[in-house]
Amino acid sequence: MLDIAIAYSRYRFLGNEYLTWLWYLIENNPKKLNHIDKKLTSLAIGNRMVLENSHREGLETITIKGDEAGLEEGILALKKGALVNEVNFLYTCGDQIWKFNLKGESLNISSLKTPETGKVETKEDIEGAVLERIFLYDNVVEFVEISFQIFIRKRLSDEWQTKVVPQVKEWLSNSK
Amino acid sequence: MWLFVHHKLAVGYHPMGLLSPSVSITRYQVQGRIDDPVLEHIAISLKKYAISEIDNDAAEKSCGWTSFEQPYNPDFEGSSYNFGTYLVFSLRIDKKSIPSKILKKHYAIEETKRLAESGRQFISRNEKKLVKEQILHFLSMRIPATPNIYDIVWNYEEGKLWFFTNLKAANEELETLFTESFKLSLIRYFPYTAADLADDLTDSERDRLNRISPVSFTG
Repeated sequence: MLDIAIAYSRYRFLGNEYLTWLWYLIENNPKKLNHIDKKLTSLAIGNRMVLENSHREGLETITIKGDEAGLEEGILALKKGALVNEVNFLYTCGDQIWKFNLKGESLNISSLKTPETGKVETKEDIEGAVLERIFLYDNVVEFVEISFQIFIRKRLSDEWQTKVVPQVKEWLSNSK
Repeated sequence: MWLFVHHKLAVGYHPMGLLSPSVSITRYQVQGRIDDPVLEHIAISLKKYAISEIDNDAAEKSCGWTSFEQPYNPDFEGSSYNFGTYLVFSLRIDKKSIPSKILKKHYAIEETKRLAESGRQFISRNEKKLVKEQILHFLSMRIPATPNIYDIVWNYEEGKLWFFTNLKAANEELETLFTESFKLSLIRYFPYTAADLADDLTDSERDRLNRISPVSFTG
């Protein structure tokens, strides 16, 4: 394995490509997401997206936030060569919703909010509450791990250049 | 108000803890095995590397394991850190931060005193350094350390560990202390390691991973 610090910066683009691919699937092939995660009812973009565009002159960052914010600026940024760097996702399973941010370069999960859980009122409630939370967090962790594995297999296959890249390009050229 | 705070502390409810309403998770793979009896060996290491109190001590920082349920009174006896199939405990980092203005004030007082006593107009560079060290020592003995607690969920059987913060410094402390305590490697998940750790990657896929470069969706 490569030196960790070198590997982190050398391959950070893979995480951004992964998030861009997830956005493509949300918009164009949501059934694929249900195939990736059988428990998933739907995955949607939440109230925040950060895109990054590396130029020779430096790094340009575009942030879209707000519950009612449209993603047209994001599409425009992708057309100019940016990739998604961080997204707030809404992961729905039945009538329960998880909200979380996922960062491309680190695959770190932050601001993860699970569906409501029982209150911890006494010491005896702790073990049950901890196990319930672990179970709920695992839904999101498992989704990230499995979807990244599927992405990386695709990314390392011939299909990436022959099929996925043209499909993403077509999505962008058809989007306004 | 005090009762309320006490209750929250009693149930392992720290601001960045795993029971808080919003959490951040950094994921790790744990590589290696612990000799049987595993739980006994883990308990020994948790006790050996438990947090040491540094209030009334000159140390500026202390880092060690603590109990999830009793972060200010670590107890690793029995199955206190065993929740179902998970090991749940916390990393505690205590740090004293001495405000620079307080340091400056005490230094100025000491400098004036020394100059008056010796009749000199200046004190040497070495003496300045020595005075600063003495003041830091003096203040460190009097300023209490601020504790920060970060929860850990370790699924030993699956070799997976969740650390409930994304803070770089805390993650680095975890990686160092974990390796020292349990003699196991902790590999942080990020795009390269998540790809490289996929156990069913073929040789040609691994070769592509090593040569891969960014894609362009434009043009």
